[in-house]
Amino acid sequence: MDKRDFIVRFAGEANVVTATEALASAAASAGYHVYTFATFPSQILGGPIWTQIRISTSPVTSQGDYPDLLVAFNEYGYVHHIPELRPGGVTIYNLKEFELPDDGKSFGIDVEALAKEVGNPRATNFVIVGAIAQEIGLDLDDIRRFNKAKYTRGRPNDEQIISSNDAAVDLGAQAARDSGIHLDDIAAPIPPDYEQIMIESSDAIGIGAMAAGLNYYVGYPISPATKILVWMESRLLGKDHFVHQVSSEIESINALIGASYAGRKVMTATSGPGLSLMSEGLGLAWMAEIPLVVVNVQRGGPATGLPTKTEQSDLFACIHPAHGDVKLPIIAPGDLEECIFGAARALNWAERYQGPVILISEMVLSERKQNIPMPDLSRIRVEERQVYSGENGYRRYEAAEMSPMPLPGGPGAYIANGSEHDEFGDTTHLAEVHVHGTQRRFSKLNLLNDGDYEEINPEASVVMMPWGGTKGPAREAFEFLQERGVDIGWFYTMYLHPLPEGALDILQSKELVIVPELNFQGQWSALLRMDRVRAESITQYTGLPFKAGALADRIETMVRQHQEGNVPA
Amino acid sequence: MTSKNPNYDFKWCPGCGDFGVRRAVEWALTARNEKFETRMQDHVIVAGIGCSGNLVHLMESIEQPYGIHGIHGRSLPIAMGVKSANPQLNVMIVAGDGDFLSIGMEHIGPQANRNLDITAIIMDNGVYGLTKGQSSPTTQLGVVTSSTPFGKIEGAVQPLAYYLEIGVTFIASHYSSKPRELAALIEEAMEHRGFSIVHVISPCTTYNDTYEELKGNKRKGIEPGIFGLPDGYDPTDKAQAVELLKDPRIPLGLVYREERPTLDQAYGAIAGKANSVTAEKILATYAI
Repeated sequence: MDKRDFIVRFAGEANVVTATEALASAAASAGYHVYTFATFPSQILGGPIWTQIRISTSPVTSQGDYPDLLVAFNEYGYVHHIPELRPGGVTIYNLKEFELPDDGKSFGIDVEALAKEVGNPRATNFVIVGAIAQEIGLDLDDIRRFNKAKYTRGRPNDEQIISSNDAAVDLGAQAARDSGIHLDDIAAPIPPDYEQIMIESSDAIGIGAMAAGLNYYVGYPISPATKILVWMESRLLGKDHFVHQVSSEIESINALIGASYAGRKVMTATSGPGLSLMSEGLGLAWMAEIPLVVVNVQRGGPATGLPTKTEQSDLFACIHPAHGDVKLPIIAPGDLEECIFGAARALNWAERYQGPVILISEMVLSERKQNIPMPDLSRIRVEERQVYSGENGYRRYEAAEMSPMPLPGGPGAYIANGSEHDEFGDTTHLAEVHVHGTQRRFSKLNLLNDGDYEEINPEASVVMMPWGGTKGPAREAFEFLQERGVDIGWFYTMYLHPLPEGALDILQSKELVIVPELNFQGQWSALLRMDRVRAESITQYTGLPFKAGALADRIETMVRQHQEGNVPA
Repeated sequence: MTSKNPNYDFKWCPGCGDFGVRRAVEWALTARNEKFETRMQDHVIVAGIGCSGNLVHLMESIEQPYGIHGIHGRSLPIAMGVKSANPQLNVMIVAGDGDFLSIGMEHIGPQANRNLDITAIIMDNGVYGLTKGQSSPTTQLGVVTSSTPFGKIEGAVQPLAYYLEIGVTFIASHYSSKPRELAALIEEAMEHRGFSIVHVISPCTTYNDTYEELKGNKRKGIEPGIFGLPDGYDPTDKAQAVELLKDPRIPLGLVYREERPTLDQAYGAIAGKANSVTAEKILATYAI
């Protein structure tokens, strides 16, 4: 039987990224489901980069654990990744860099020489893609179609590039045939009968935010959030839109406060260190009740940490970013579709409760490209903030919770104050005013319990509850556990705070909630325990995502320990 | 405590220079409303943290304008947000030397570079008053304060020379005891298209009372620390401004002015060329 799921890993330098993208796009347009992953050092060029692409006949939720095919562009890449190759897997290596003994499991190609042969030194990617296609039985016509579509750009040399790339594909495929080594043939695709898009998370977040009416964005470059700034700079344009690169994250957050106060729908994106710099501004937005959204694309921390590796270690910092009594709303999308609808909801939440909302993404989502069904943006119900339209002399902060917001230029001038303030926004330290203000600010969170959640096997007394980007590998692990007959339920939501209505009752009713998460402290389970949920974490802090198989093993062990009465929860 | 709000629990010390600045701001806003047929609700005052920032709550003779009393040192980026969100608004900053020139110093350069079209009124008392008398960037070398018990070992920042060097396009200097003249300068600053700073020496009667040094005292042989601009002074000539600021005394008047496109003008030029695209249209470009 033909194989339905292939995992190809590229190890080398910068060139691996374009090779991955070419293969991903070609396979997706042929009707396969693809899912890419990339991890690299924080530098402009060079250094060890690796990427992975999973090509499957059915939808997949993770990048896959062990590659079937390793493409090693240099010896360093080979040495570091060969231990992960699954038994029976094949290695294609760059003959110009190093040579392996003829072991029947690997073959070399002088990629650059073949590219030169077709008269296009930049066609190395197509040589490699041709060889891979041959190894896994991907139709070469799919690659040619992708090549033609991609390089028909209305330039005089289009034809020359396309034909040399096609020739490179043929040479790569020929080299693979000549090796006499063949992996497996991939099953024919089952082309989806629905419209699809191929997208990555930063673009998805941008589209979701714009669909919800975003019209003001400022930001400062920081890995891995820069992509959102760059995306916005060429798209959030035209009348009544503003996008600008400012001079620091401190400027970003404070400019958002000013712009939102003046009536804009505002957002910025940053990563850990930038979030730290925004801390005081987020407190001001909470205190003065200013709607805004900050996207925090998590990377490894603390300090500069691991700028280009993945981690879920900012949850505490996102939910309690500022000093004082503050607890911010958190939406943490776990897949690309949720990036679109989560970003839209974050803007809606901010306008609805008049305060800051954090959208948590992470490196592993940010560097992922995947084909997903065309999202239906008409599902997004755009919410506008309540605007005051009465007389001057307005008591903006008098009500027990929500009150309409005056906009400069209109009636009801007031002072948005970061000091504790009375109903006009004037500073006061009276005890009863601080009590009123604190209760008002927290009570507004009750307006945000309209999130939804997924629940599978609701009768189970033990559930797993991943969050954010761990959703994908955890979902695959859950399927393994079900196949193994482990009695476990699934509970998932991207709305971490406040939780959807009813979610806490369900979680509190469980004997054990297992939280797989990429941090040392077990941050989400700790927050759940604060809400009297018996939660325990399974942690990993390697800078890489979970492998579904290994995660399933660890969960199964924890379930067994629990059954034996050995888990503290 | 103010006449309109007895709950407001802040007041300036008797004799504080900020009273004069408040009066000048009130007059300038009133005059501007009359001249351009605007209303108080068309102005946004962004206040720094310190004694001076409280000015935004202490308007007595005019209706309340919009205000943001934000966080220490960040009045400039907040003002940038307001102005870039709605260029029709008149945006003013009220802040002190500690807020603007110490913790907030990093924001002056970028706004000068962008020529952000706002007016900053800086009340310089040469001390941190609200926290009870620590040294500030404009405290003079050798001065004993609660945080410099052996005398300040760093020299004082020269704000006007700094503004000039870093590209602020409208620089005025005055002191708090002449609110009529100050109001006229503030009005002119608000009319300037670009980043205008009116730097006002506003003495702290409790921790740094410099009235005598400013006005002079013939009997004690103290020469005035202020001086009028020389006859024929041309504020559009940078070389003259550089020369003027070599004088250690406080000049009274418009020190420098230059015309340069503002952030909203420059941005408007780009934004005018681009067509808005909807999320739906962008999404369609990802179809496979």
